[in-house]
Amino acid sequence: MSVKATRDAYGEWLVEAGKTNKDIVVVDADLAESTKTILFGKAYPDRFFDVGAAEQNLIDVAAGLAIGGKRAFASSFAYFLTGRAWDQIRNIVAHDNLNVCLVASHGGFSAAADGASHLALQDVALMRVIPNMRVVVPVDAEETRNALDAAMAAGGPFYMRLRRDKEPILQKGYRFKLGRAETMRDGSDITIAAFGPMVDASLKAAAILGERKIDARVINVHTVKPLDAETLVSAAKATGSVLTVEDHSVLGGLGGAVAEALSETYPVPVKRLGVPDVYGGSSRNSESFLKEFGLTPDQIAATAEQAAKRRR
Amino acid sequence: MTTDEELRRLSRKVRAEVLRATTEAGSGHPGGSLSATDILVTLYWRVLRHDPKNPRWPERDRFILSKGHAAPALYTVLAERGYFPKERLRHLREHGSMLQGHPDATRTPGVEVSSGSLGNGLSVASGIASALKLDGKESRVYCLLGDGECDEGLVWEAAMFAAHRRLDNLTAIIDRNGLQIDGPTEKVVSLEPLADKWRAFNWNVICVSGHDHAKLLSALEEAKKTKGRPTAVIADTVKGKGVSFMEGVVGFHGKPCTPTELEAACKELEGD
Repeated sequence: MSVKATRDAYGEWLVEAGKTNKDIVVVDADLAESTKTILFGKAYPDRFFDVGAAEQNLIDVAAGLAIGGKRAFASSFAYFLTGRAWDQIRNIVAHDNLNVCLVASHGGFSAAADGASHLALQDVALMRVIPNMRVVVPVDAEETRNALDAAMAAGGPFYMRLRRDKEPILQKGYRFKLGRAETMRDGSDITIAAFGPMVDASLKAAAILGERKIDARVINVHTVKPLDAETLVSAAKATGSVLTVEDHSVLGGLGGAVAEALSETYPVPVKRLGVPDVYGGSSRNSESFLKEFGLTPDQIAATAEQAAKRRR
Repeated sequence: MTTDEELRRLSRKVRAEVLRATTEAGSGHPGGSLSATDILVTLYWRVLRHDPKNPRWPERDRFILSKGHAAPALYTVLAERGYFPKERLRHLREHGSMLQGHPDATRTPGVEVSSGSLGNGLSVASGIASALKLDGKESRVYCLLGDGECDEGLVWEAAMFAAHRRLDNLTAIIDRNGLQIDGPTEKVVSLEPLADKWRAFNWNVICVSGHDHAKLLSALEEAKKTKGRPTAVIADTVKGKGVSFMEGVVGFHGKPCTPTELEAACKELEGD
């Protein structure tokens, strides 16, 4: 299986898209090497704006460029982008429904070594509550490219959460559809709904569960908003129990979104697996966080096994 | 060309309308609307290239009201210029109104970007100015800020960025009325030396009376001629300007006139 970092896919996509679409402009806040917008900056210096370490200005300059007719991409680390400039995202970009794509690198545990200040564990929750905002967490580099194409075609504000590290390519030659969750594995005993790197872990967990004669359905919820309630409800009906898995706080992220959707239409037991209400901290590798929060395939399988027993 | 006497008459008319609208609405920000009125009138009658019948005219100059609480003054000026019927001013702040408490670009023709949360305007204006430069357009961008608003760190992020990008198509106007909600700016957290701050950020700075249309006009003309850097016009103003009992009174920042005060104010502004 080939591997690639989602942020690398983003940088390459920008250079390609920027070649034909001269309206594309990119704004970064002193992290261009890390977010990979530097690739665009080198290719099209006139259309690249580095505002320095100033995230509020990052968002408003992108907003101004969009008002001026451009298709703006604004990038930083996931926490800084969403946490330091929430006012600008809420009151300008999303309120005025501007053509601004917020593309964050270092989502989840990507910045593990840097510690609590850098971990992005609430970003999806922060973006999900803003009207007009669409929230996408691509599963891999391939889906990142497809999601960026879809965002360009749709227009309006987007938040896209990418990661730093190389990850396996799960999706080959499939068409990403905004707002349509993808069932990656069919099953009838339990539904595992996940996003980003947790989809791969969940597929591995499903294989483990298979050995124990538990048939798990795995859904890639790449679009957290608008959430594909239809696919989730039909999965809940078919399996009677749902486990959500995210490299994000269990408050307000994927688990929150799925629980909200199901409780109003087809309530089944929902177990939310992710980061509990804590800061995390520093670690030399993100693997240790996955272990701490029960997000390795073995641990997901164990939790899913328990959740399957609560089938409605 | 509108004469200076006509501008003065228009300004008095706008002030009276602002007070009527805010009193009718039962809330709003008359003090900072009145301090900004002469600036807005100068811009909309003498400076901006714009077309009220075609608010999205691509060649237009852009105006951004960063101090969004002066919305009643902006709305009155836009209505007077024909962006929408003046009757709409009677519905300021009403549920579902096109004239929201603070500017809403999705509802009001002539409003380029929404504001209300302070500190965003200059940064957005810098983005617009950058887009205009990319497109090789001659259009200029004007942004009106409050002085209390300059407490916001984002104003200075934008100031640094605009100077670095040499955005000479951008002019910031600071409505220096000296008062913010909690009191005089110099008592709350001192802004002075304000002109030196903008100079230190590599801006061209012009200090001028914010109630003298002719002087404002020549400052804005000088800004237009200044190449290689943006210009900050620090407009010395009086909060509540034009109504004797409102001038310099901090209480009128966010409180409209009572009906009795309104009557007295309109008499003072419009005569009998």
